[in-house]
Amino acid sequence: MDVASAKLIGAGLAAIGTGVAAIGVGFVFGQFLNSALRNPAAADGQQGRLFLGFALAELLGLMAFTVALLILFVF
Amino acid sequence: MAAGKIDPMHQFTVEPLVPLHIGRYDISLTNSAAWMLATLAVIALFMWGGMRRQVVPGRWQMAVEGLTGFIDNLVHVNIGPEGKKFTPFVFSLFVFILVANLLGLLPLAVVPGWHAFTPTSHFSITGVLAILSFSLVLIVGFWRHGFHFFSLFLPEGTPIYMAPLIIPIEIISFLVRPFSLALRLFVAMMAGHILMEVFGSFIVNGLSSGSVLGIGVGFVSFAFIVGVGALELLICALQAYVFALLTSLYLNDAVNLH
Repeated sequence: MDVASAKLIGAGLAAIGTGVAAIGVGFVFGQFLNSALRNPAAADGQQGRLFLGFALAELLGLMAFTVALLILFVF
Repeated sequence: MAAGKIDPMHQFTVEPLVPLHIGRYDISLTNSAAWMLATLAVIALFMWGGMRRQVVPGRWQMAVEGLTGFIDNLVHVNIGPEGKKFTPFVFSLFVFILVANLLGLLPLAVVPGWHAFTPTSHFSITGVLAILSFSLVLIVGFWRHGFHFFSLFLPEGTPIYMAPLIIPIEIISFLVRPFSLALRLFVAMMAGHILMEVFGSFIVNGLSSGSVLGIGVGFVSFAFIVGVGALELLICALQAYVFALLTSLYLNDAVNLH
């Protein structure tokens, strides 16, 4: 296999990570809704933590995307 | 653009608008700088229109007060009463990122030769913003607590035999903060713009191919890009909010030491 095609396959494999991060983001919001519907009065106070969890989960997906871009355009 | 080849990275090129060299340094006014100036102008206009201090606020003043109240509340919730003096900093970061993101989405490309540029889709810009907030955390931390600030790396109540494990982890997670702040904003903006560019090219290439399949792909892409456009507006606001939120959380660490 030549390097150019291996590069494309590697970038494609790295892009799987963005899908896995999507699971994480969905989990964060799903769990938040799950508990917010049980106790709606307490939900508004937890929005900061909701977005913190979202940001941390999303960052990992963005890193996978960055790795894919690095493989494609830098090497 | 010629049919076939899609070049999603072209929109991120920084081009000098007014070439200017001093000695060996290139300080040209680039499109990036021009868009940041436009951002500043929009913010200044918005704030100027709303700072009339009327007793019965009009719509514009309500919009400005809503925005400042939002950030004031955010800082108060996350840092506490001590955080009042950081409100202007967090507000500036939030509004700059928000307006720069939103201006980058303007459909200026309908004018031939123009295209909107997003300063926040460049790591150099978001990196500087992240260094600003990270260095403020360091300055405030050492100013208030002196060398006691290093106790941030060992949470209170940790068993002492866990220290060799906890301290390196805490140091790494502390040092990664500016990178994660900068990377999140930059990649989120860049990914959104690449997505819009690629699907926009699908529309153009699909419709210009003339075949039934191509036209079908064009219409599906058009429906998709409308949804993505709405999502991008959400992402713009969300990333600005996350940046402000994380900055205030890190400032909370520096002010209150856990």
